[in-house]
Amino acid sequence: MILLEDFILRALAAGLGVALVAGPLGCFVVWRRMAYFGDTVAHSALTGVGLGLLLGADPVIGIMAVGAVLVAFLTILGRRGRHASDTLLGIFSHGTLALGVILLASMETVRVDLMAYLFGDILAVMPADLAWIWGGGLAALAVLLWLWRPLLAATVSPEVAQAEGVPVTAVQVAFMLVIAVVVAVAMKIIGVLLITAMLIIPAATARRFAASPEAMAAIAAGLGAAAVVLGLVGSANWDTPAGPSVVAAAVGLFALSPLVGVLLGRR
Amino acid sequence: MTEPLIAARGLVFARDGQTILDGVDIRVNPGEIVTLVGPNGAGKTTLVRVLIGLLSADAGSVERRPGLTLGYVPQKLHLDPVLPLSVKRLMTLTRRASRAQVEEALAETGAAHLMGKSMAELSGGETQRVLLARALLRDPDLLVLDEPTQGVDQSGQAEIYELIRRVRERHDCAVLMISHDLHVVMAATDRVICLQRHVCCHGEPRAVAGNPEYRRLFGDLAAEVAIYRHHHDHDHDLHGNPVPPHDPAACNDPTHGHVPHVPAGERMP
Repeated sequence: MILLEDFILRALAAGLGVALVAGPLGCFVVWRRMAYFGDTVAHSALTGVGLGLLLGADPVIGIMAVGAVLVAFLTILGRRGRHASDTLLGIFSHGTLALGVILLASMETVRVDLMAYLFGDILAVMPADLAWIWGGGLAALAVLLWLWRPLLAATVSPEVAQAEGVPVTAVQVAFMLVIAVVVAVAMKIIGVLLITAMLIIPAATARRFAASPEAMAAIAAGLGAAAVVLGLVGSANWDTPAGPSVVAAAVGLFALSPLVGVLLGRR
Repeated sequence: MTEPLIAARGLVFARDGQTILDGVDIRVNPGEIVTLVGPNGAGKTTLVRVLIGLLSADAGSVERRPGLTLGYVPQKLHLDPVLPLSVKRLMTLTRRASRAQVEEALAETGAAHLMGKSMAELSGGETQRVLLARALLRDPDLLVLDEPTQGVDQSGQAEIYELIRRVRERHDCAVLMISHDLHVVMAATDRVICLQRHVCCHGEPRAVAGNPEYRRLFGDLAAEVAIYRHHHDHDHDLHGNPVPPHDPAACNDPTHGHVPHVPAGERMP
């Protein structure tokens, strides 16, 4: 039974760890229309990996550092209003992706599997990676729960939130940093090009079945977990690439959701 | 004199070379209803946004009483259908509250039956009642309302102002609001401030309505207010039915609030 082999179990544990935090976090990404921001943070992760390797630090640390710099830049430049925010994101997104590829290609002493960074290598997850994923994921989830009420208030109406004493800017910056952390720990298994999928697809699928923000977050976490299991099972059975299979499963669930919605009598 | 909840002096605010506020002084005292009127582009919303800290003025000072609890009802809540939001959930947006407290606040604004609904299903008037209930749930010292009758039909507007007046009496909170509904709002306010980049006149409603500056700004509308007063022989309850008149214009004592002549309980069959 191929499913019970160690590397499959580790892959499942890693994927579930990412799905549990990506679901609720992804709901905010969807609500706040920040899908492109998620992409940008993900692409900048490649530069993070390159810098991390160059400076001899753990790539995860490099990714978080570059993510933090990105958040700072966007917050400051976004205020000036000279460029639309999606223009700024596009410049950072593609700039950091290109820089990352150049950095990784120029490293002669380190053998880097570029495909693994772009699309993830969930089957190569080691116990140390699991510690990063669950440690980082749980920490991100804890921060998200702590931020929940003010962040939701700032999402529904930044003006009402700020007028009634919510530190809106601080909450938004904290939220973006949480995204950077989740991208950093998830990159290993799903890759920079597909991370945003795990944020937005389960959340988008959950919308149909949720009557409250909290329910939507919980359902998104469940759907993300289901996509991980289905994707890995499919990958093992049909020998397809694991990360893309998980994303394909998530898209499949999204495509099927109207049918399920009809059966459940929801919209 | 009691300490004001908010006091601002010499506010100047300009954007893109246009002066929007030019030396505005304003104060809101505990328990009073202050209404900002003025033509479009007079800077009413900008002034309120500066007062509650959403914008900072280029010059001048804003002092808010330390520990001031504010309840804010925005002009419009842009709700994205991507975010599922029930009335019940919206109520605790910025503060926790028990189910009983939520029910009580909704009942007070006549919105108890909306508790289980989604915000997307509500009409304009229902939305305003829910937003008002949400602000009340904070137990505010000051309610700030930016055009509280936005999207409410003519007959509903008087009900909303009546509701605001009742709420003020029950909670003993001050109210600062922006209004376009000149003829309706005059009856439901203690003090009117007429804004046109600067404060052109202010005072008790009747005094402002007779002020030449005010008449110059509003022209026919101001005349309509005067006519309305002459023919003011009845009032409307929350359901739009005529009830015996309540005419604050006939009351020359500015030191007390205007209590509805019919107890609230009898008005809600």
